Amino acid sequence: MKKKGRVLAASVAAFALALGAAACSGKTDEPSTPAAKDAYNAALTAVFNPSDKKGGTIKLAHSSDWDSTDPGDTYYGYSWNFLRLYGRSLVMFKPGPGSESSQLVPDLAEKLGEPSDGGKTWTYKLRAGLKYEDGTAITSKDVKYAVLRSLDKDVFVNGPTYFNDFLALEDGYKGPYKSKGVDTKAIETPDELTIVFHLKTAFGGFDYFAMLPSTVPVPEAKDDGAKYKTHVVSSGPYMFDTYEAEKSFSLKRNPNWDAATDPNRKALPDRYEVQLGVAATDIDNQLISGDLQIDVAGTGVQSATLGKIQGDQELKARADNPSIARLWYTSINPKVAPLDNIECRKAIMYAADRTGYQAAYNGEEAGGAIATSLMPPQVPGAIKDVVWPAGADNKGDLDKAKAALTACGKADGFEVNMAYRSDRPKEQATAESLQQSLGRVGIKLTLKGYPASDYFALYAGKPGFRNGEAKLGMATNGWGADWNDGFGFLSQIVDSRVIRDSGGSSNISVYIPEVDQMIDNALLETDVKKRDALWGQVDKRVMDEAVILPGVWAKALTIRGKGLTNVFVNEAFGMYDYLALGAAQ
Amino acid sequence: MNTVISPRPSAEATSFLELRDLKIHFPTDDGVVKSVDGLSFSLERGKTLGIVGESGSGKSVSSLGILGIYHQQNAKISGEIWLDGQELVSSSREQVRQLRGKRMAMIFQDPLSAMHPYYTVGAQIVEAYRVHNNVSKKVARKHAIDMLGRVGIPQPDRRVDDHPHQFSGGMRQRAMIAMALSCDPELLIADEPTTALDVTVQAQILDLMRDLQREFNSALIIITHDLGVTAELADDVLVMYGGKCIEYGSAEDIFERPEHPYTWGLLGSMPRLDRPVTDRLLPIKGTPPSLINVPSGCAFHPRCAFADRTGGASRRDVPELLSLDSGKHRVRCHLTAPERRQIWQNEIKPNLEGVA
Amino acid sequence: MVNYIIRRLFGGAIMLFAVSIATFLIFFGLPRLAGATPESFAARYVGPRATAEVQAQAAEKLGLNDPLYEQYGRWVKAIFVGADYDYGPAVEHCPAPCFGYSFITKRPVFDDLLDRLPVTASLALGAAVIWLLAGVATGVLSALRRGSLFDRFAMGTALAGVSLPIFFTGTLALSIFSYGRPFDWTARGSSYTPITEDPGMWAYNLILPWITLAFLYAAAYARNTRAGMLETMGEDYIRTARAKGLRERTVVVKHGLRGALTPIITIFGLDLGLLLGGAVLTETTFSLQGIGKFTIEAINKGDFPRIMGVTMLAAFFIVIANLVVDLLYAVVDPRVRLS
Repeated sequence: MKKKGRVLAASVAAFALALGAAACSGKTDEPSTPAAKDAYNAALTAVFNPSDKKGGTIKLAHSSDWDSTDPGDTYYGYSWNFLRLYGRSLVMFKPGPGSESSQLVPDLAEKLGEPSDGGKTWTYKLRAGLKYEDGTAITSKDVKYAVLRSLDKDVFVNGPTYFNDFLALEDGYKGPYKSKGVDTKAIETPDELTIVFHLKTAFGGFDYFAMLPSTVPVPEAKDDGAKYKTHVVSSGPYMFDTYEAEKSFSLKRNPNWDAATDPNRKALPDRYEVQLGVAATDIDNQLISGDLQIDVAGTGVQSATLGKIQGDQELKARADNPSIARLWYTSINPKVAPLDNIECRKAIMYAADRTGYQAAYNGEEAGGAIATSLMPPQVPGAIKDVVWPAGADNKGDLDKAKAALTACGKADGFEVNMAYRSDRPKEQATAESLQQSLGRVGIKLTLKGYPASDYFALYAGKPGFRNGEAKLGMATNGWGADWNDGFGFLSQIVDSRVIRDSGGSSNISVYIPEVDQMIDNALLETDVKKRDALWGQVDKRVMDEAVILPGVWAKALTIRGKGLTNVFVNEAFGMYDYLALGAAQ
Repeated sequence: MNTVISPRPSAEATSFLELRDLKIHFPTDDGVVKSVDGLSFSLERGKTLGIVGESGSGKSVSSLGILGIYHQQNAKISGEIWLDGQELVSSSREQVRQLRGKRMAMIFQDPLSAMHPYYTVGAQIVEAYRVHNNVSKKVARKHAIDMLGRVGIPQPDRRVDDHPHQFSGGMRQRAMIAMALSCDPELLIADEPTTALDVTVQAQILDLMRDLQREFNSALIIITHDLGVTAELADDVLVMYGGKCIEYGSAEDIFERPEHPYTWGLLGSMPRLDRPVTDRLLPIKGTPPSLINVPSGCAFHPRCAFADRTGGASRRDVPELLSLDSGKHRVRCHLTAPERRQIWQNEIKPNLEGVA
Repeated sequence: MVNYIIRRLFGGAIMLFAVSIATFLIFFGLPRLAGATPESFAARYVGPRATAEVQAQAAEKLGLNDPLYEQYGRWVKAIFVGADYDYGPAVEHCPAPCFGYSFITKRPVFDDLLDRLPVTASLALGAAVIWLLAGVATGVLSALRRGSLFDRFAMGTALAGVSLPIFFTGTLALSIFSYGRPFDWTARGSSYTPITEDPGMWAYNLILPWITLAFLYAAAYARNTRAGMLETMGEDYIRTARAKGLRERTVVVKHGLRGALTPIITIFGLDLGLLLGGAVLTETTFSLQGIGKFTIEAINKGDFPRIMGVTMLAAFFIVIANLVVDLLYAVVDPRVRLS
């Protein structure tokens, strides 16, 4: 098992109805209930205001800088969402409402990857007739070059490191910049349209890697490293018109994009205009007034606007409440007595007031749904089991908790330290809520705040500190996945092998050898359905161990821009699908 | 601005300058400040009146009042001020402004603070001249140089472009005088014109003023707490105390036959140029009265050594300003004339001369 | 005079030098005391996902392993002779004056500062004109009508202006005047047009930030002017001016205001100098891409080369503003001698 990069907040996210669209659905039927009238959550599971009319301009804004427009240098979900307008990767999530988007479909490639060698080798064949914006042909060599250049983390600091970790690179190979003129056998291009990836270890879910923007082709002749982001050469329906670093950029139509080669993109508007560094409250105001259509980040409105929306029916009808593939949870550390006894951990699982946890995150709409396991429902393979029911009202089952305490030999309760990130008010509220609800059965929490910047590196994430001097029995935690599958969601938080003595890992409580083995098996499985089921089993097994108290599956409240057509939430990103939007009425 | 105009119709004045029962009161949060409380006098052109008194006796306020300048906007003015047949209290502000600087001008105490530090001396004189004379800047500048020359400033054509801080104290006062005289005023009021200067310069300035007064034939009011200055210049002397005139007479009357105990005190505390300097001046006991709570009866009674010789009248009644037999000489005191003369002759005068 | 200016400029250069050393020590020296390593500095350059090996390479490449004085020397050298930076496939020369490259964006700091200066300058100068006129006029009227209804209203408003933060007044102003609820009079946030492109749009886009920023300063200026006027109008030379028979307006403006304005000029120069170094809150509230927003983002991201650059720029403006104020002072007040 290789380590994947630390996932940034709100990277890839998705939504699913509470009924848990666990199955990878093969439904491809067009949404049948068009809704042109404003209604709350109208774009959540169906297409709002469907239209095929072309033309118009969509205006977007972001409250900070874009991490990077370079496909080899970007890690944010909004960026991956938007990048599809000017870049095509080998495969992509199907743009569609509801659970449709959890399905991977070929983009540059004719079809999904073909594994061989037990999942160690993956072969893709490009479509014919692909062209860059300047009319030159896109070849498999360009894809190879794009992936190899993205390996250089000295130049491209933002992007994920999956290819660095999984490709069977020769020792000493450092990418085309530092190993000039050196070829690598890790990626082969037997002909102009074929590309073959060789991995160090088998990985059944390689199609997810092929979905990464790093596979968007880059013509070597036009590549100037860190500066390429200012003039990315388009392979999609739009190309850069203007680019002002950290201020704005705009896209216009790419005349050399051929719809015949691209079954996934409608390319409705004529232009996209993106403003960067706009004050967050101002973005909300402009969305409401119609000056803007999209808040690019897709993380929801500011708290001031939240109140405005909740108190204004007309405004609320223009809002959606998508789920984000992110779990806020509390780690229960079995290395600290008496939590080494599962009965004592069970007592916490039963006694915790889940509604209090949710309240700490400002409730359902702004915070999210009460979580009952690790993977949110929109992640394929998510389980529906409620391993630790917290009573009918979700406020905790005190009888069961007391029984567990007795079984643990601590009938009167016990004392335990709990860590939280002191500069995160919601985590502090979480800790205080737990202190209160666990106190009902005699479990006394002593709260310890640590700075978020060093939380994992020096405190809760450092085994010597957490298990030794500080005796942190509990610690607030949170996790979001790069994409919606068990590997993306689980491997970093439940694999005990990611825990290092030097600290820094997000896994601070799961030490189950059996789970490690289960993860390895899941990695090898190339059948999507079987693999998703395996990840569900991992989730269940971790829950059974009572080392993670799930809190909230995150949601965001977002405003649907005025005058947009074809609006729907893409579950793969947990935000509006930027590829499908139209602006012409 | 609340100017209370005296309702009393009165005959036109005959003197060049005549004040009739002038009152200048300032209402404040603590009470009414009666800075000037019923002041009357007259002055002819070519003559000099000295107004003497301690700080806060109302002498500066009355002179500013003649010019129509009041420190506070809510001053209450009553009485009459006649200047060459025109009554000023009832005139509009604009009318008074047009007279100010032109027919009546003022020389202030401290020329360093009284001249604007940012403008050249010349510019300030030019400004004063051009307000009232419709002439070009060039002509006005020439006039300013003339004026500076006339007040005895060497190389006036060069100094005209200097700033006040580049002048010495005496030169500044000369410039100040030049500024006041620039429009050839008929009434000149000099408020402590020499106080800020050293002694030798004082004499020069006084000479200058005397010369200029003759030359311009203007009426001159010298306001000072320094009887020596008054003795040098004044034809008549008016002694103020607590906003009122307490003794008035010719210079000779005041210096040779003073009748009011306060005047005696002033004389006693006066260092005189014509006498050897002594180490024993005779200061007046106590402090000047508050103009808000003027003492009952004679305002001077708390400080008067002879108050108990009036049989309590000094505490009870405000004494009238009564003429003595000579006619011009008037005094405001409860002591009888013979009593006063006796005290002067027997108790005060020997003492003053004995000091000498 | 020329001598004086040269001497002051020389002094200013020494000041900037001292500022640069202090800033360098704060951002590159102090963290070391707190346990930062060359690798942790390099981590800012190469991102959170770089391996330890990549971090170490970057630290070596950027010279972070060298002693501090050598690093500082390189920084100074780059200002005078430029420096070379590695973009990946090629190395590029950053010509003098080179204030280094951003940790995050890998763009030359100096170019970005030059790019953003017009925004901040437009904002600061426009607002300065408004606040100077409005503040001084209000202050003068208040002083002349001391205790009147106008005075009380103006000073109450000024108190509000001084105490209300820009992000409050600015956000409020935007929401009232820019989004059609109720008014749609002014430009929405993040609007900026260079004056060279369209002076009309330039002014239209900036009018709300100008007024918001000016409100804060005008308030202070009104209070200062009022106090100054009250003091000046009690001066002997005002009495003299009146005694000359000058019209009241001449007395107030030529004699009173002239005297009261000197301290205002001093504050004005320094305020303007400070603002040119970035109007952080206004730029953030109105999403204007000026020096202030640049600064706050650099600080948030720990982008030290940018912080260094922006500190030097701000210090430069303050030094210049000080000099200009002193020169102006000598022009305004003839008693002041430059030496």
